[in-house]
Amino acid sequence: MNERVYEIGLTVNGVPRSATAPARRLLSDFLRHDLGLTGTHVGCEHGVCGCCTVLLDGDPVRSCLTFAITVEGREVTTVEGLADPDGTLSPVQQAFQDSHGLQCGFCTPGFLCTVTALLRDNPAPTEAEVLEGISGNLCRCTGYQNIIKAVLSLSRGVSRTAQENGAGNATTQRGSGDHVR
Amino acid sequence: MKPPPFDYHAPRTLGEALDALAEAGGDGKVLAGGQSLIPLLNMRLAAPGQLIDINRVAALDTLVREPGGIRVGALARHSRVERSSGHPLLRQALRHVAHPAIRNRGTVVGSLAHADPAAELPAVLAVLGGWVEVASVSGTRTIPAASFFAGPLESALLPGELAVSAFFPSLPPRSGSAFAELARRHGDYALAGVAAVVELDASGAVTSARIGCLGVAATPLVLDLTPYLMASGAFADAVAYVRERAEPDGDIHASAGYRRHLLGLLAARTLSEAHATASSPGPSAHRITGGTTDE
Repeated sequence: MNERVYEIGLTVNGVPRSATAPARRLLSDFLRHDLGLTGTHVGCEHGVCGCCTVLLDGDPVRSCLTFAITVEGREVTTVEGLADPDGTLSPVQQAFQDSHGLQCGFCTPGFLCTVTALLRDNPAPTEAEVLEGISGNLCRCTGYQNIIKAVLSLSRGVSRTAQENGAGNATTQRGSGDHVR
Repeated sequence: MKPPPFDYHAPRTLGEALDALAEAGGDGKVLAGGQSLIPLLNMRLAAPGQLIDINRVAALDTLVREPGGIRVGALARHSRVERSSGHPLLRQALRHVAHPAIRNRGTVVGSLAHADPAAELPAVLAVLGGWVEVASVSGTRTIPAASFFAGPLESALLPGELAVSAFFPSLPPRSGSAFAELARRHGDYALAGVAAVVELDASGAVTSARIGCLGVAATPLVLDLTPYLMASGAFADAVAYVRERAEPDGDIHASAGYRRHLLGLLAARTLSEAHATASSPGPSAHRITGGTTDE
């Protein structure tokens, strides 16, 4: 059985990347297996847990519910692309570290991508908006309290820095709402 | 798990998509946002031999305001429609569709075609009396919401047909809409939900009151409650009627009785909110208006 494969090219964290894969290759597996970017985690593989969330042209999507071939040519930002090239953590990453917003770390890449976009679109969210914003990401360790604390720490005062410094590549493209092509 | 193998088609025009669908026949499946289809593929509950990915068909990525309502193309994502449709009931309902990351990919028309009785948008299309435009190689047809939803996860689409757009009629002046649902966690499938539309005449008397219910029957349940609301103080009778007409199933999340009870509360809440909006003075916020954040 010879399954047809395709040459699939994407811009990942600002770098053009390509690999050969069948059409059924999920974006999550394309990133992990074909490009070796294992920062994106795969939990439930049916869109419930949010671990695999990445930014597609700046907006959060489930990489396990997207075929790599469908988003050929688009820009993807993974957790590996959030920090500065010199390793300085993004404001969101720093806040998670400062507030102990992670324990085992499995869900963290999804939370970081989700929160990066959340704060870009709403730099001063209320606690209710934070709760709603992260409701699509499951965490089995923290009980969420420190995650909420981390996000709110950026919402209060520090949000200015978050906006200016952005979160690496993620903020280079403002979500316009009409990004779909 | 991983999706089973399929032959992949990436048409760039509607004509190419319809040709591919016609050739695939009953073995073909359309991929738009994929937020319902890909989970089914990943769990191997679906295994179509031919997948027609319409994401490159730019002509389907449309959101057009027309005099009588809003036409949503097959590639318009939830998040874009939520921001830009200007339709109050669509906006009210879309906030409840899954999570932002899902809404960034999932499409409105895809959700209608999936025909999940617990989903928000089928109930919205049904209560508004909207329709779906369908195309195939042999032509086009218009399917009213009342006959589009055939059963749980079953639409009136035939093999070879593509839902190209959905039309959501706008609301007349002096009308109001509201949407409410209850889910264990924001974004989860609701235990029950209601989309309500109330219309008044110039004197403020109710001329029409309808609700679309989700999660309590095999297809969206549309109920005309006009007679109850025309008689002042008949809210309790309307709620009793709604509970009588619902046919919810019980499952591990909620019993049938609880869903029926909940539906009555949600109906009363949304009717009262829609009525209050319809009665409020000033330019109606419930016609299709511009000025949303996206414009």
